[in-house]
Amino acid sequence: MSFLDASDMTGGYGAADILHGCTLKVEKGQIAVIVGPNGAGKSTAMKAVFGMLKLRGGHVKLDGEDITALSPQERVRKGMGFVPQVNNVFPTMSVEENLEMGAFIRTDDFRPTMEQVYDLFPILRDKRHQNAGELSGGQRQQVAVGRALMTQPKLLMLDEPTAGVSPIVMDELFDRIIEVARTGISILMVEQNARQALEIADQGYVLVQGANKYTDTGAALMADPEVRRTFLGG
Amino acid sequence: MSTHQPSAARGGKIRAPLLFAVMAVLIGFEGMTSGWNGAIGILNMGLISAILALGVNMQWGYAGLFNSGVVGFIALGGLAPVLVSMPPTPGAFAAGGWQILIGLLIAVAAIVLAVWLNGRLAGKARVLAIVAVLVAGFFIYRAVFDPAVAAVQAINPSALGYLGGLGLPVLLAWPVGALLAAGAAWVIGKTALGLRSDYLAIATLGIGEIIVAVLKNEEWLARGVLNVNGIPRPWPVPYEIDLQGNAAFVERAAALGLDPVTASTLLVKLLYTGLFVAVLGLLLWAAQLALKSPWGRMMRAIRDNEISAAAMGKNVTRRHLQIFVLGSAVIGLAGAMMITLDGQMTPSSYNPLRYTFLIWVMVIVGGSGNNWGSVLGGLLIWYLWIKAEAWGPQMMDLVTANLSEGALKQHLVDSAAHMRLIVMGLVLLLVLRFSPRGLLPER
Amino acid sequence: MEFLNALVAILNYVVVPATAYGAQLALGALGVTLIYGILRFSNFAHGDTMAFGTGITIIVTWGLQALGIGLGPLPTALLALPFGIAITAALVLATDRVVYRYYRKVKTAPVILTMVSVGVMFVMNGVTRLLIGVDEIQFADGERFVVAARAFKAATGLNEPLAIRTTQVITVVVAGLVVWALFWFLARTRTGKSMRAFSDNEDLALLSGINPNRVVAVTWIIAAALATTAGTLYGLDKSFKAFNYFQLLLPIFAAAIVGGLGNPLGAIAGGFVIAFSEVGVTYAWKKVATYLIPNWEAEGLMQLLSTEYKFAVSFAILIIVLLFKPTGLFKGKSV
Repeated sequence: MSFLDASDMTGGYGAADILHGCTLKVEKGQIAVIVGPNGAGKSTAMKAVFGMLKLRGGHVKLDGEDITALSPQERVRKGMGFVPQVNNVFPTMSVEENLEMGAFIRTDDFRPTMEQVYDLFPILRDKRHQNAGELSGGQRQQVAVGRALMTQPKLLMLDEPTAGVSPIVMDELFDRIIEVARTGISILMVEQNARQALEIADQGYVLVQGANKYTDTGAALMADPEVRRTFLGG
Repeated sequence: MSTHQPSAARGGKIRAPLLFAVMAVLIGFEGMTSGWNGAIGILNMGLISAILALGVNMQWGYAGLFNSGVVGFIALGGLAPVLVSMPPTPGAFAAGGWQILIGLLIAVAAIVLAVWLNGRLAGKARVLAIVAVLVAGFFIYRAVFDPAVAAVQAINPSALGYLGGLGLPVLLAWPVGALLAAGAAWVIGKTALGLRSDYLAIATLGIGEIIVAVLKNEEWLARGVLNVNGIPRPWPVPYEIDLQGNAAFVERAAALGLDPVTASTLLVKLLYTGLFVAVLGLLLWAAQLALKSPWGRMMRAIRDNEISAAAMGKNVTRRHLQIFVLGSAVIGLAGAMMITLDGQMTPSSYNPLRYTFLIWVMVIVGGSGNNWGSVLGGLLIWYLWIKAEAWGPQMMDLVTANLSEGALKQHLVDSAAHMRLIVMGLVLLLVLRFSPRGLLPER
Repeated sequence: MEFLNALVAILNYVVVPATAYGAQLALGALGVTLIYGILRFSNFAHGDTMAFGTGITIIVTWGLQALGIGLGPLPTALLALPFGIAITAALVLATDRVVYRYYRKVKTAPVILTMVSVGVMFVMNGVTRLLIGVDEIQFADGERFVVAARAFKAATGLNEPLAIRTTQVITVVVAGLVVWALFWFLARTRTGKSMRAFSDNEDLALLSGINPNRVVAVTWIIAAALATTAGTLYGLDKSFKAFNYFQLLLPIFAAAIVGGLGNPLGAIAGGFVIAFSEVGVTYAWKKVATYLIPNWEAEGLMQLLSTEYKFAVSFAILIIVLLFKPTGLFKGKSV
């Protein structure tokens, strides 16, 4: 049984469904990547996993527990961390305060976790007293990921973490994400940069029109000529 | 606004006539129980309130613009009857009137020059030049303006002491009042529109207070708190005293079983009613036409979704400015009508609670976006406002009937008059909460 | 000597009164800006909240005076202030529960909330009038002056008097303490930080598990405390009249916008900018000029604007800021 098991998700924001029986599964400590053309429902699928979308069908299970009916906040308590694509930091608060707010629901000592985040993203330690809004795009993404890690999630969800950052920063972010996964945290990620993302993915999902088109390991999808031709640009 | 409920108007087509009939019954009942004089008095102010509500509805209902300075536009409109219809003060222009106008022109010229410089220069030079022009302009203006004002105010201060008017028929003052208000609205709209919606609310709150302050303090203009009395009546309204002296009128009144005094006041009030109904009818017709035109549809489209309207190439700020100026003109017109009805200009009576926020209650209760709703809201809320003044103490008497005489009872009875503020606030809150589309919802 | 006289005149007629007034405006603007930052609407009822809080404080003051309880040289109202704050906080919390909460739930446009606040303003205005009437009330007791005019003249030998009233000193001291406490709360405590987080990014705050109802409640309590304190200090310094508090809305909003809506530091700066401009522009500078320029008799009062137009000053500053820097001098929210 997968650590995250979101099966047959059907639903949308209004009358029309965007997801049509979409299934996403992530194993413990592995990286799953959702790719697909624009408007395929990638972000919507992730939001559905996180409970920001009302499902008409299907279920979401985390570590064997059915959480389909829970609100996003309750899912955070169950061990999900979510990094939105935009507006994912508190701009007028310092880096350290951003991390503190990430740990808001924790009642135990979160200092060690904060040290772990600083070890993972050393630049944040240097800028801990600077406002997050004043950082560069890549650094801000690191704050956003760090904030989500502060609850010590078991599943970290990233909505296009590399949108709008330079290729060098993107490579570095992916390296960090691999490091996070090595600590046993499962990762579910939506990515525009499909090729690079699939390279680090244990599991890849190609969504088309709200449904699974191809599902395989990252390497297998990269090797599949059909996938390469249609989705990875040859 | 965006609080539209999906449920359609209940009652459909008969709803509006029914509610207006209820209103008529209320006025009729008032006439039968407390006298027609009072009833028609309420009706007349109700009609003016309806026009005010119509103007505010254009801004809020059509376009979602929050004008919290309605009182200022009413007051500015009220200035028009003084300026247009009062006889000119002999010698005032020779003494300093022209100089006052020159002073004001200097002030305007300085501002225009500053605005022009703002577009022409850049950086530090711009700031310095603008500040220099404004400061110099201000001192020249004061040097020209102050002695002239003193000279004008020295002319027979107990009765005149102001420039006086043009001595023209007072009906002309109505469109002039509209123009004055429109001008102020253009200036304020030009600055505050296009920014976030609350800014307009706060800027208009300011302009409202300033206009009232100007009217209170600039004695050369309209005698300030000394008030201007005896503003001439509009055609065709006669004076009661003339009617009572008219043998034919007295005879006809007697034939109807009325004494001359009652008959003359009734006739005067009814003639006002006729005038106001005519103006209201004309405005309502035009407003309905506008609302149903492509222009009105575009207005509402902008209101309901500013972003998509802007994306479709509509110049939202320009449209907003247009409707804001138009609505303010209607408010100014009503302000002029009100002063004409009162026959006097009393600047200290312009209270924002009564003249801004009460009008708001009328629009919201009547149904924002619906012109007929504004008319109904104007009539109904005005009626309630007048009646609540009497009901408050009556209710308080009832409440305190079993209390022993003492400070508490006295305090409660004395303060009962303030109950109507609470009532109006509650009406506004209840309508916003439970029936945000009002009595006559927008279609 | 002449120069010193001029300096003392400026101190006495401009700096001292403007500092006290600025502190009062700053407290009022802080309340407006906090509500704007957290609840995201311009609260038109804030002036009447100030009036209500002050009214309650005055009533409690009277009660304490009747009981013979006082603070010696300090006004009794300071002792009554906590009661005023508590009751006002209870009132605004009840208002939030009955009125505003519904609109948060259905996510209404901010302008509707502003309209709703107008309804609340009406009710509060009426309630205040019911409680305490419409008349002007003086409720400052205790020592009147810290520095009395005559004593100052005798001590310094200057022609110009300097009078510093107790209420002015109290205003500045209390305002300083309140602002310090507020900033400490916002910067250091968990709840304060969660409020800033909520103001910065509501969605992310919710994701982080911050309880919105708690944030909103704390905001109302702080706003009530600020409004009551500002209103009481203003009433002590000048006098209490319900309508004057409604009229304070304009300078308070101007202060908040000048500083950048949603920015607490800006609100304080804005309060002083407005107060000093207002007092400076409406002060008759003739006396100062006569001291500074020897052998010169000024024509007129050298007053830029008569005091009746003091609102025009707030308005002019507001318009200038809107024209050139709509987000305020200290960068507020633009949404």
